[in-house]
Amino acid sequence: MASSNRPDSRLLWRTPAAVAAVVGACLGVACGGSSAPASKEPARTVIQNTGSDTMVNVAQAWAEEYATVNPGVSVEVSGGGSGTGIAALDHGTVDIANASRHIEPKEIETARRNTGKTPVEHIAGYDALAVYVHASNPMTAITLEQLGQVYGEGGTVVRWSQLGVTMPGGADEIIRISRQSNSGTYAYFREAVLGKGRDFKLGSLDMHGSKDVVELVSKTPGAVGYSGMGYAAPGVKPLAIAAKAGEPAYGPTVENTQNRTYPIARPLLMYTLGPDEGAVKAYLDWVMSPAGQAIVKASGYVPLTGAQSVR
Amino acid sequence: MTPASRRLADRVVEVAIESLIRLCGISAIIFVFGILYFVFREGAGFLFAGLDVREFFTSPEWYPTSQSRVRYGVLALIAGTGAVTALAMLLAVPFGIGAAVFVSEFCSPRWKEGLKITIELLAAIPSVVWGFIGLTVMNPLIMVVFGVPIGLNVLNGGLILALMSVPIIVSIGEDALKAVPDSYREAALALGVTRWQLVYRVLLPAARNGLLAAVLLGVGRAVGETMAVLMATGHAVTMPTSVMDSVRTLTATIAAELGEAPVGSDHYQVLFIIGILLFTITFVVNLAADLIVRGRRRA
Repeated sequence: MASSNRPDSRLLWRTPAAVAAVVGACLGVACGGSSAPASKEPARTVIQNTGSDTMVNVAQAWAEEYATVNPGVSVEVSGGGSGTGIAALDHGTVDIANASRHIEPKEIETARRNTGKTPVEHIAGYDALAVYVHASNPMTAITLEQLGQVYGEGGTVVRWSQLGVTMPGGADEIIRISRQSNSGTYAYFREAVLGKGRDFKLGSLDMHGSKDVVELVSKTPGAVGYSGMGYAAPGVKPLAIAAKAGEPAYGPTVENTQNRTYPIARPLLMYTLGPDEGAVKAYLDWVMSPAGQAIVKASGYVPLTGAQSVR
Repeated sequence: MTPASRRLADRVVEVAIESLIRLCGISAIIFVFGILYFVFREGAGFLFAGLDVREFFTSPEWYPTSQSRVRYGVLALIAGTGAVTALAMLLAVPFGIGAAVFVSEFCSPRWKEGLKITIELLAAIPSVVWGFIGLTVMNPLIMVVFGVPIGLNVLNGGLILALMSVPIIVSIGEDALKAVPDSYREAALALGVTRWQLVYRVLLPAARNGLLAAVLLGVGRAVGETMAVLMATGHAVTMPTSVMDSVRTLTATIAAELGEAPVGSDHYQVLFIIGILLFTITFVVNLAADLIVRGRRRA
């Protein structure tokens, strides 16, 4: 044992010196590597952009496209929900918060208290909320009143036959598909369709994402669900919606949203802190420009029209 | 190095390693109490001031973000967890105990190894994969077989949970049966009993406590499961009246809503209070299992 130990212990003695030499060399390289380019190139600006899950796809598409337009600026996008984004803005940890609902007075107050600045609202496009049914469902149009009876607390409609629809498979029960209670889409649907202060009827299947809603509707003949118009997929069809019984119903299209005939559309909002300047202002200007708005359309949302972008 | 100084060095190493091992041993206790403290701290403020405890336990109305009247009733969620767990146990206990008896008593040694490895493999499947199976395989299957409008319901969740708890029941149940002394078997066989009589009249009564503990640990697994039931039960706040109703469980509610509930808000605190409730349920179940096992040892 002892004799075989000797070479090992000699090696051990040598090692620290070797390690020190290697570490020293690495440090030297690392310092040289990082300091040299930094002095030549202008610093890369990073814009933090977080919030609405509804908007995360389009925000990601903007960020990717903007990287080719202005390589000096990198936009980092993450989701988490409108509330998460606005909370992050309130604490000054992000530059732009995406939201599919308007900021609340309480949240503006928090932002003022934490950062001393006031959130500014920008409209970057529109999202029409489509009501989807299974492709085999013969229904083509519905009124807001009927939707309220299906989804709202105290609503009496639970069967398709009550809406005058005969389902082909004979499954008469309406399977209501909704969203988790703190989603911006849930809150918007509640306000725009059920009316202020009215709650959802309990017993709906609450999905955790816009895409999950559409997917489940496509697999369930008796289902109805709501999601952004951009989530339309094979197997589902969006219903045309009439504001009142007897009035014409309009489908969720770009045109109907821009001319305000489609009744449930909401703005895609971007909030910033205080007067915008520098890279953030340049980015927002680009988002509102024809190039940015083309991406809105390509992502399945409704771009601004000339008149609306002024507001 | 003198022998004395070497002894001293050895002693220092000895003490260091010993205290490290001791720390590892008590770390479980530290973590459990740490988690308990954290969950209580987050929920306690609203639990003792603001929460209507009566409504919490007796109302099926869960409206955490209502604009007009916020209601935090978890009765429907408790009923959902209860219904799914009960159905899962109804399915898993006969299968689990049956499999344990087979593996322990009837199986040839070669089969036994293969079966045990396969059952352990069943336990290794991540719960999100089970949920995915519930969503994409069981949902259409239940719709076709039972002719119901949607297959995301108590039956779906119960089947998935049963499949998840069976491995636990089998492996702990098999241990319990193995622990029955061979002298019992020999004595029974010497009296001329059949193998069925041996199992039914001798082994099951002798291993009763261990098997009950296996079942209770299965229950604990089922109550605490989140991802699979979130995907398979339909996530609908309803008081279930049949196994074809969609339900929502306590765990799934926390998973779905905690992410977007503003930190420190009433809603956030209520979700932690649900966490305390779940902690209490699983603690009672595990404690019962533990006491029963102790009872067996003493007997």
